[in-house]
Amino acid sequence: MRYYQSEAVETKDIKEGKIPTEKFRPKAKFAWSAGIAISRFLEELKNGKIIATTCSKCGRIMVPPRIYCEKCFKPADGWKYVKDTGVINTFSVSFLAADASRLKEPIVVAIINLDGASEGMGIVHRIEEYGDWREVKIGMKVKAVWKPPEERTGAITDIAYFKPIRE
Amino acid sequence: MFGKKRVAIVGAGVTLFRRNLKETGKELSYEAAKTALEVAGLELRDIKSVVMGSAPDAFDGVHMKGEYLADGAGAYHKPYTRVFVGGGTGVFTPLAGWWHVASGQFDTCLVVCEEKMSSCYPHPQYAFTTIFDPILERPIGMNLIWIFALEMNRYMHKHNIKKEDIALVSVKNKRNALDNPIAQLAANITVEDVLNSEIMAWPVQRLDVSPTSDGAAAVVLASEDVAKEVTDNPVWIDGVGWCIDSTHWTDRDLYYPDYVECAAKMAYKMAGIKNPPKEIDLAEPYDPFDYKELHHMEGLLLCKKGEAPKLTREGVTQRDGDLPTCPSGGLLGCGNPIAAAGLMKVCEIFWQLRGEAGKRQIPGDPRTGVAQAWGDLMQYGSVIVLRR
Amino acid sequence: MTEVAIVGVGCVGFRQITPELSYKELMYEAAVKAYEDAGGINPRKDVDVFVTCAEDYLEGFSIFDEFVPDQLGAALRHLFTVSGDGMLGLATAYMLIKTGQFDTVVVEAHSKASDILTYMDIVAFGLDPIFNRPLGGHPYYVAGMEMNRYMHDTCTTMEQCASVVVKNKKNAILNPYAAYGAGVTIDQVLCSETCFYPLKKLEISNPADGCVVMVLASENVAEKLTDKPVWVKGVGWCTETPSLETMDWTKAVYTRLAAEMAYKTAKISNPLKEIDFAEIHDLFAYKELQHMEALKLCDYGEAGKLTEQGLTALDGEFPVNPSGGLLGMGYGLEASGMQKLLEVVLQLRGEAGKRQIQDAEVGLAHTWRGIPTTTGVVAVLSNKK
Repeated sequence: MRYYQSEAVETKDIKEGKIPTEKFRPKAKFAWSAGIAISRFLEELKNGKIIATTCSKCGRIMVPPRIYCEKCFKPADGWKYVKDTGVINTFSVSFLAADASRLKEPIVVAIINLDGASEGMGIVHRIEEYGDWREVKIGMKVKAVWKPPEERTGAITDIAYFKPIRE
Repeated sequence: MFGKKRVAIVGAGVTLFRRNLKETGKELSYEAAKTALEVAGLELRDIKSVVMGSAPDAFDGVHMKGEYLADGAGAYHKPYTRVFVGGGTGVFTPLAGWWHVASGQFDTCLVVCEEKMSSCYPHPQYAFTTIFDPILERPIGMNLIWIFALEMNRYMHKHNIKKEDIALVSVKNKRNALDNPIAQLAANITVEDVLNSEIMAWPVQRLDVSPTSDGAAAVVLASEDVAKEVTDNPVWIDGVGWCIDSTHWTDRDLYYPDYVECAAKMAYKMAGIKNPPKEIDLAEPYDPFDYKELHHMEGLLLCKKGEAPKLTREGVTQRDGDLPTCPSGGLLGCGNPIAAAGLMKVCEIFWQLRGEAGKRQIPGDPRTGVAQAWGDLMQYGSVIVLRR
Repeated sequence: MTEVAIVGVGCVGFRQITPELSYKELMYEAAVKAYEDAGGINPRKDVDVFVTCAEDYLEGFSIFDEFVPDQLGAALRHLFTVSGDGMLGLATAYMLIKTGQFDTVVVEAHSKASDILTYMDIVAFGLDPIFNRPLGGHPYYVAGMEMNRYMHDTCTTMEQCASVVVKNKKNAILNPYAAYGAGVTIDQVLCSETCFYPLKKLEISNPADGCVVMVLASENVAEKLTDKPVWVKGVGWCTETPSLETMDWTKAVYTRLAAEMAYKTAKISNPLKEIDFAEIHDLFAYKELQHMEALKLCDYGEAGKLTEQGLTALDGEFPVNPSGGLLGMGYGLEASGMQKLLEVVLQLRGEAGKRQIQDAEVGLAHTWRGIPTTTGVVAVLSNKK
């Protein structure tokens, strides 16, 4: 094999300014149009409801909603509310923040397959009120905890989090 | 036979992989490209086209970084394209090089992959916060480790796999890397070390993960005529495959990578491979996390679903096993300069098939190897089949 | 070796803003139109490869590739991203089909410029981070420098540059896909604000939203899908240099080299005679003139004069930018090459409405990746095989 003996440097030397660097913070700001499907979805969240679209060809109830069925490649046919309860498909317990620093309290994040949507379809959201994180299990039933109506803005965070339903 | 012309790799070169390299992205591209050209015995003037592979612009901190890297990659005054499929880019880029030559448009193509992750402050992980849907996912605070953890947990749950078995991959790859001079994180570690390392996002722990890195890699592709002129040891690209799954990753069962299977089937069909475990002598599946190697072995149809941990436990994937896997040390051992890491895997197969892998050389005169990379939102598979 | 044809096109836009649609919905609409135009193909089974052309910072994502497949019908199929102009996607599709491995390839490019709140900051983010970016300022000063040197070297006049704007905005009035059609005079152009001396405000294309999807096919498949295939006779592309300190400031060398490659494949020796019309990248008015020369459609330094004399008008001997160009249609970012291709296809099919050029048989499409790049693509297309 042939390789080039590149020059490795230490992070500490960069931080101390021993290695010349040019610093720049990009100014990149966006305002994404939510579009037809997600606009309605966000409006419904404000009302405390979760809405899906449906495909008459494959019969799927699709959440998050979209105006087309990606499997059949045809327009979605209609709207349908799904429940704000569901099952944990998989989860993670995060001990690190986005900058890789250590969190005081871990964050539990999960994919939740929503009741009323087609099998296996769901959204990603946070889980709270779980007690000990070791108690969180795949297959656990959860329910949305909504922000009070006056605090909702038409955002995914109008659902504050999901919490386990203890039976 | 497929394609208008058969395409060979005739040269390969890599830089060191390190947390910080002093070189700029352009300089790294140059170092890898120059090394590959020297191995091929070709000059830049012999190169008719150039393809660049590099992951998000946010790492290097330059919009349209393909354009910015062009001169370092040897593209001055040449037909030049950058392709980009997230983490799958490193193995995808030589596929793009393949069609430049297989189409009959060019006799030669220089394929360069570069990653300068250390430019991104305060941590390269920040660049990954913008890979998520801005309306549905970013407000929740999604980050990259989370989605891996979600996938790993689902994989473990579905097949009832223990963390101990997954940790064996990290142990193997970091040890393999001890024999690789470019490696960033070569080490002799134990399963206990992995299980006792810091929990990042359960079930992912510190030693389950590859690091962020700077580095570059390059290969020189040539048509059959040119290849036979310049070398006695061409390595042929006999199969190419790629596939992307739906954007809606929360609607898919993450336990199995259908997209890798789809890409592998495309490549195997071209290469005429009917029984992958028997016909493939070594593999470099993408291993940014230890469970990913297992996940990808299954997607590459090298074993049955859920069976990869068993093969690993039995030593089948060791360098002296029946199916050596990541003999290079992989991303876990060598480091993960994303696109460069993927192309490094292709380089490793090239060296192994030519018998030039030095201390890492696997026994038994290997003839067929497969490299694979993965990318996007647990969504992309790119696969290349190489033969001597 | 198989020939390659464009067998279907679909376009949404181009408009100043599209707040009602997400980028996904914009793409879906264009894709549906293209598949219908290509004989009603089903992308879930009839398309071998999908190519999308996009840059992360124009989308606001780190890996935009993730968000592409569903709306094109490409979920769990063979799709990838070219980080470049849509015409690099055309070049890629052309090569894929020429390998003999793939029969049908879809190419997509779009602009959702109205979603970007800080577009010029992002353009500036493309400048060399160490040599150029720290100097600050609006990045289009690069265009001002180039225009100045080009006019100096070729004796092209301000009026000649302005005549490009007058022509293109006038053509755009006839184009339903154009966002910025207008009747303006040379005086109005020259009296508009000087933005980057000598570049005037009306000589700069404004961004627009839109999406173009095209279906390409091998010879056998093309003839089954459509009775109006548009054949790709040759395509060439080139990057000159990313360094402002090294680039040629008058001759658009990237375009000359790309054109030489395309002409060689298409067996064109006298482009002005053998080609009937051209769609040329005109992000800035002077660029149309500079590119005409680099494309060898006229001698170096002659383009301004010929434009003033009406050679490139819609009813001239060699119409340039019958679509209205980017000055008239709006600048579709990475879709700008697709805007060019779209017009060439419509003209060669005889579907260009009031803009139709009579008996057009061979057309040229050209694109450039804008400031601060020196990357260009040229394609020669024909309705005769």
